[in-house]
Amino acid sequence: MSLNLEPNIPDPDGFYQELIDSQRDMSDAEAQMMNCRLILILANHVGDRDVLREALKVAGGRID
Amino acid sequence: MLKTYAYPKFPYRVSAEQRDGRVARHPVVVIGAGPIGLTAALEFGRRGISTVVLDDNDTVSIGSRAVCYAKRPLEIWNRLGCAAPMVAKGVSWKVGKVFFENDLRYGFDLLPEADHEMPAMINLQQYHLEEMIIAECGTLPNVDIRWKHKLISLRQEPDHVVLTVETPDGVFTLEADWVVACDGANSDTREMVGAAFTGQAFQDRFLIADVVMKADFPTERWFWFDPPFHRNQSTLLHKQADDVWRIDFQLGWDADPVEEKKPEKVIPRLKAMLGEDTEFELEWVSIYQFACRRIDRFRHGRVLFAGDAAHQVSPFGARGANTGVQDIDNLGWKLKLVVDGTAPETLIDSYDEERAFAADDNLRQSTRSTDFITPKSDMSRRFRNAVLELAADNPFARPLVNSGRLSTPTPYVASSLNTPDADAFAGRMAPGTNCADAPVTVGGEPSWLLHHLGEGFTVLTFGTAPAKTVACGPIEAKVLAIGGDLVDVEGLVAERYDGRPGTTYLIRPDQHVAARWRTFDAETIAGAVARACVLGGAAR
Repeated sequence: MSLNLEPNIPDPDGFYQELIDSQRDMSDAEAQMMNCRLILILANHVGDRDVLREALKVAGGRID
Repeated sequence: MLKTYAYPKFPYRVSAEQRDGRVARHPVVVIGAGPIGLTAALEFGRRGISTVVLDDNDTVSIGSRAVCYAKRPLEIWNRLGCAAPMVAKGVSWKVGKVFFENDLRYGFDLLPEADHEMPAMINLQQYHLEEMIIAECGTLPNVDIRWKHKLISLRQEPDHVVLTVETPDGVFTLEADWVVACDGANSDTREMVGAAFTGQAFQDRFLIADVVMKADFPTERWFWFDPPFHRNQSTLLHKQADDVWRIDFQLGWDADPVEEKKPEKVIPRLKAMLGEDTEFELEWVSIYQFACRRIDRFRHGRVLFAGDAAHQVSPFGARGANTGVQDIDNLGWKLKLVVDGTAPETLIDSYDEERAFAADDNLRQSTRSTDFITPKSDMSRRFRNAVLELAADNPFARPLVNSGRLSTPTPYVASSLNTPDADAFAGRMAPGTNCADAPVTVGGEPSWLLHHLGEGFTVLTFGTAPAKTVACGPIEAKVLAIGGDLVDVEGLVAERYDGRPGTTYLIRPDQHVAARWRTFDAETIAGAVARACVLGGAAR
């Protein structure tokens, strides 16, 4: 399996609205905490270390 | 202070060589009588090497210090004859709990496999442990512990080392074929040979306290992240012998180490944690900061480094003393073969190969724990807290919680001393791995497998032994039949070693697997012994 960078989310506008709405009433600090939880939850769902490493790279992270 | 323990004072004695003004040559001189130096003296003495230990002090460790001892070092001390009092006096535990803010978030059980002689982990003050090893050393005529002997300089010659030592009677010189430096993280010996000691220092300080109290905390390791009684920092609680509890408070980098040690600063911290009404007495307090560092090479000519002198880790995971004892386990038999002239000096290089590999593994684990416990940025703190928040209700997050991964042996999987598998095996006992214990009987009497491994090389064979010994030049390996000499009463030897009739293991004197096969072939076994001892073709 490799990282899927092609469109994969049905109803993209609906998803984006849900994402933004989910944090609408949060302070920046609360939203940052939620983002951390979200990243961990999604990373566990993916599970594959190679895919996760590729995603870290595509997101602009440093990979040694 | 120090209500539960009276520190022994060991007598200084002038040595005959200093009194007579002559320069004596010793096979091995150990620098430092801490847990690793003392274990070295016992290991070398038991293997028949006359050993002199030099220590600049005349008592044991002040304060509880290392505290946690894991199964593998206990097995090593059991081989050396001094584990029984440690296990009897120590507090055995296997459950750890992790708290975040006000709540319990996660509990773990070390889940030790049943049917091993030694427990998964004991807590015991370092001073008790040192006293027990010193007592055992006292039964060996070839171990000479010299208190109030401070090494002041060292010079390497091609085939020996010249040591200048200061005692209350002045300065004298002695010589050693080999020096084993166990003089701790601030090793002077390391400075004297000009070795590099590099790695990562952490910008954090910790307060460690020994507290005497009758408390009803269970015998478990409790770790708090950001608790209400000590905001934004971590705290660790451990039970030790004699109702002494060990409490570690993370203080942060800005804390003043002199101020923080004062009882008027320490006692309010303890009261906040334990409650105003809990009665306790403070026995010992220390402030430390830690680092993850390793020496460039474990061997510098004829000076060998072990324990904290060779590698310094952060304390989370109990990897300091536990790894140091395994350094000595690895070194003892090699030094014996080299001192006797049975194996070439290059065998000592495998000490660096195998134990540097283990040290790197420990440093990696210890650095990861430290990064989790003391986040280096706001964002890494958020990730850490997110893991802790998720852990209570979401099993997936629990393996990410890292309050210290407790010390387990590092198998020497890539060691040049191993004979790689040619046959298929299931299970954990690959070449380079320390032998799992299992119950056996000998002549109808209950015993343990590890009791029968470790004097020299041992061949374990399942079923009928085709020979009593296997010879490889000057080295003779004893053959033990599982099902004959040792009876596998519960079938656990076969299970743990994937043993079938004919399955044969070659076990090193440090109870590690050197090689294994599905059939017994004396010549092949001899070849594996030669490989494990770096013997040339002629010896075979």
